[in-house]
Amino acid sequence: MTDRGTVRPPLRRTHVLAGFALVTALAFALADLRLLAPDPAAMLAQMARGLLHPDFGQALPLLHAAALTLAFALVGVTCGALAGLVMAPAYRHPAVRGLCVALRSIHELFWALLLMQVTGLSPLTGVLAIALPYAGIFAKVFAEYLEEVDAGAASALPRGTGTLSALLWTRLPLAMPQMLSYAAYRMECGLRSSAVLGFVGLPTLGFLMESYFRQADYAEAAAVLLCFFAIILPLRLWLRWRLVPLYLLGALVLLAQVDVPPMGSGILMRFAQDIVPAPLRQGDLAALPAWLWEMIAGQIAPGTLVTLVLSQLALALAALIAGLGFPLMVRRVTGRVGAVLGDALLAVLRNIPDYMLAFILLQCLGPSMLPAVLALGLHNGAIIAHLLGRQAQGLALRPDAPRGLTLWGWELLPRQFPAFLALLLYRWEIIVRDSAIFGLIGVATLGFHVDAAIQQLRLDRAVLLLVAMGLLTLAIDLVSSHLRGRMRLAAGPVTSRVDPGRAMD
Amino acid sequence: MTEALVRFEGEDIGWPGQPVLSGLHLTLHAGERLVLLGRSGAGKSTLLSAIRDRLPGRIALIPQDHGLVGPLSVHHNVWMGRLDDHRSAYNLLNLVRPLARERAATDPVIAEVGLSGFERRPVEALSGGQRQRTALARALFRGGDAVLGDEPVSAVDPVQGAALLEALTGRFQTLVLALHDREAALATATRIVGLKDGAVLIDAPARDLSLEALSPLYD
Repeated sequence: MTDRGTVRPPLRRTHVLAGFALVTALAFALADLRLLAPDPAAMLAQMARGLLHPDFGQALPLLHAAALTLAFALVGVTCGALAGLVMAPAYRHPAVRGLCVALRSIHELFWALLLMQVTGLSPLTGVLAIALPYAGIFAKVFAEYLEEVDAGAASALPRGTGTLSALLWTRLPLAMPQMLSYAAYRMECGLRSSAVLGFVGLPTLGFLMESYFRQADYAEAAAVLLCFFAIILPLRLWLRWRLVPLYLLGALVLLAQVDVPPMGSGILMRFAQDIVPAPLRQGDLAALPAWLWEMIAGQIAPGTLVTLVLSQLALALAALIAGLGFPLMVRRVTGRVGAVLGDALLAVLRNIPDYMLAFILLQCLGPSMLPAVLALGLHNGAIIAHLLGRQAQGLALRPDAPRGLTLWGWELLPRQFPAFLALLLYRWEIIVRDSAIFGLIGVATLGFHVDAAIQQLRLDRAVLLLVAMGLLTLAIDLVSSHLRGRMRLAAGPVTSRVDPGRAMD
Repeated sequence: MTEALVRFEGEDIGWPGQPVLSGLHLTLHAGERLVLLGRSGAGKSTLLSAIRDRLPGRIALIPQDHGLVGPLSVHHNVWMGRLDDHRSAYNLLNLVRPLARERAATDPVIAEVGLSGFERRPVEALSGGQRQRTALARALFRGGDAVLGDEPVSAVDPVQGAALLEALTGRFQTLVLALHDREAALATATRIVGLKDGAVLIDAPARDLSLEALSPLYD
């Protein structure tokens, strides 16, 4: 990429931080962060009471929704992993790469909204909504793993060995342990995605939670939340590869029994027609520029601005939480008990899906941008803090190193600052992508306009907006990797078994 | 004299602009057992890979890093020596579930290198010497006109090493080996090429050489 003659000096971190602060201040000025709820404190107290006295009285629907949440995640992630595995060896091909970028630049929720137009509220919608974006992510990560394995074995093969045999006999087995551990991590993400799909109507835990919230049954809603944690927190204990075929079989049986509302015939044809821009469909080519302009000026530009404002504030909050929060996990800072509690707090924060968190906060804070900023910032901040904390636990400190806050300020933070910046930059793209989904709870991001377009059955607009969303994600990805390169963070944050680029998508 | 397999006539070997061996003159004939000697960094591995690139016919390899696939079993790694003899589908079949007749086919070479009983063990669970013997077994299983080995017995004891080198000479007509053990070199080779400072210092039939004659290589 950089040719030798024109290597530019590395960007100064202070400059980047100053720029970051400036942009954050600007976003702050533009954002609507008002407390719109009439009495947030009372609401919060009411919810806290519910959380302290969870009501498991509705056990049957709860168990069923929990099982379906698992089923969607298992089948969706498995399909995504298999598709990604098939695409990974061809990932260098521009067509495959482009397809994968497109697949993963759209959030699961929007895949679900779009697919629902064709497959209705069926299990297929839920499975595909997870499998499609995950396939794009799996393909990218698996391709990297296959590239990175020791090439010694492949070059020792007989010369005439076919490409497929060489791949299956050397690179694949060598990359397999990493692939499996990444798949386990993705399973965790898949459970969060699956739960959140409930908010658009699929029968998972999110659906149950939304309906309890609407009826102000906070004790029941708390039971749903606890049930979700009971599945996701011990994931590494129950996810055994030998048992996965059994799990999958169970999941398929369960999904096959879900009632599917009938869809009209010829739905696929109608969908294919509907996504063609209206002027083209009506044969009025001259009206196309005006249609495009109206979309850009009326929805894409303002939606993009709000998306950027929201993600900037969320990123700043995530930075704050990560920087302050990671030492919670370090014994030398918080003590033995403190470190365990800190780890648990971060685990809860990162495992609660950001959309679910925003939905809960929306009930007590009211419909401004505030719930979305808090949810995105808390969720992502906890993820970064967790990764930094794990690295900090592994740092070799001298025996007489200070303890407590002094250690944090004098050793941990300075040493981990490059890792911290790199993680934030990696996470930036994901925050932008995810900020779109808060359109569904009323924040006027690009996703808000997509949702509106789908409700008005203007699928041509929805698809155009989704394309804009994909391009925005892509642009952020490019800027982020450019900044990482210019700040010499490209080689990846500190050596550790945690690979931030991947451990975080 | 028998036919020349590989011929270098005053060539530079190494990377473009950075030759490891310059002005190399060397001809390898079929049936020769050529051993390369020299300090580490003298260019033995570079010369080996240059010979590999030009050697015609069926060749078996024993790279210095063994080139094994850790998560796969000893049987798999040995059988890998014949991947080019079968179709992809058959290879896939034997990867997923090794066939009894293919197990039987690799058993003798696995026994020959002293790894009987380890057939189903993943290579990553083996010791360094056992891994090297797996790589040797793979070469023996592959067979062919020539074998190229880069320090093929460096991780086993001298007695075992001598037996393994003998197994190689019994299986292949032509051998090109980089070794560091001078006695083993004299016992195995028909011809010894000694490298020093980017040039060929010694190139003589092994029967004309002695341990003393080789010592200038290591001064």
